Amino acid sequence: MKKCDLAIVGGGPAGLAAAIKAHELGLKDIYLLERDNFLGGQLVKQTHQFFGSHKQFAGTRGIDIAEIFKEKLAKREEIKVLKGAVAQGYYEDDVLGYSYNNSFYKLKPKRTILATGASEKMLAFPNNDLPGIYGAGAVQTLMNQYGIIPGEDILMVGAGNIGLIVAYQLLQAGVKVKAVIEATGSIGGYAVHASKIRRAGIPILTNHTIREAKGKEEVEGAVIQELDDDWQLVAGTARELAVDTICLAVGLTPKVDLAIQAGCQMAYVAELGGDVPVRDDCLQTSNPRVYIAGDSAGIEEATAAILEGELAAINVAQDILSDRKELIAEDKTTREKLKALRKGPVGEHVRKGLNKVRRNEDAGKDRYSRSWKG
Amino acid sequence: MDSDNTIICRCEDLTLAEVQEVIDEGYTTIEEIKRICRLGMGPCRGSTCLQLIDRILANQQNCGREEIKMPTNRPPLEGIKMMEIAGDADEK
Repeated sequence: MKKCDLAIVGGGPAGLAAAIKAHELGLKDIYLLERDNFLGGQLVKQTHQFFGSHKQFAGTRGIDIAEIFKEKLAKREEIKVLKGAVAQGYYEDDVLGYSYNNSFYKLKPKRTILATGASEKMLAFPNNDLPGIYGAGAVQTLMNQYGIIPGEDILMVGAGNIGLIVAYQLLQAGVKVKAVIEATGSIGGYAVHASKIRRAGIPILTNHTIREAKGKEEVEGAVIQELDDDWQLVAGTARELAVDTICLAVGLTPKVDLAIQAGCQMAYVAELGGDVPVRDDCLQTSNPRVYIAGDSAGIEEATAAILEGELAAINVAQDILSDRKELIAEDKTTREKLKALRKGPVGEHVRKGLNKVRRNEDAGKDRYSRSWKG
Repeated sequence: MDSDNTIICRCEDLTLAEVQEVIDEGYTTIEEIKRICRLGMGPCRGSTCLQLIDRILANQQNCGREEIKMPTNRPPLEGIKMMEIAGDADEK
């Protein structure tokens, strides 16, 4: 079994930012485990430009941000980057097990940053297993990574940012988007994305749900129907759209298996996508050896994930290298950047969620039973 | 809803009708349901079905999703060959 100062699980924006920052601050003995055979996580699918401040990559495409990180990482040869390494478990003695190259390894890190990202949510409707029904992430993988369009005529379910962005990318790829439907009464994504879709003549139908997929061997249509304010179906409004593809962009849920196994106190917080570890302002969970960052700490965007990765790394450096003055200053400025990112009406949802992840009486319910607590 | 053709757990190919049958027999926690019909025990380890079953149970029990207990989470997170664990690569 190897020992190390810091293990980072996940090579997406949060994990990459954490690894680079931790090394920059003087930690040498760092492992970065990435499940895929490439680094970048969801960034590699993001062909659109980022918003926000220039320092936080505004105007740069996600895929290019991944390249910038990879270049920075390559210069830091001391960081042990393991691609294709699957974290398999976090054990009671704070040992992290992972498989790599057909072998199983154990690692005992002084600190672990979990940056495992999220998984897509699914919907229950008749024939939801027909070929032609995809999660939005899968559609992005097909189109933006492999250059394959998923179909000719598509129904997008979900008008959050992912639904809107992927709908627009489908349009750019020459796919006909028949409609974007959204079960709630309002469009969740940014207005700038929504207006691009509308300008292309695609209806965004709020208060609409998918009733069923039609087809024998594959999707041949989708039945949609209106919902009233009490989420009840409005009689007589069902109609069928002729589509060969249905794309589900109905939200993400944090991947928190390792945090649960690490004995971290969890909290169910709908605003953040589901169950997330309770943590302090430094992103340290209730298991003092374990930090959380990025989408696995609550669904936000890549810019927040990057800042959270850095914040976790700064605090790990403080734990291991002692509280140097410059670390305290960096900690402060990073927190301020995160705060600025989450201000305003767009960040309201996240702010509301973050009020339920502190170790106090407002914390969301822990839905997991465990034999030990970290 | 045509519950015979609505898939809840893709890995174990469980429909809503099959899951509902288990619930109607009196198994009302995910831990129990999992033991009876293997919901959530396939290769994705419940990453899709757990997000559906907790909502179904919450609706039927008239409570919020936060009240629905989740099953125990154990290693390994993904499929792994016995020889990989038995091989103990880094102890050699």
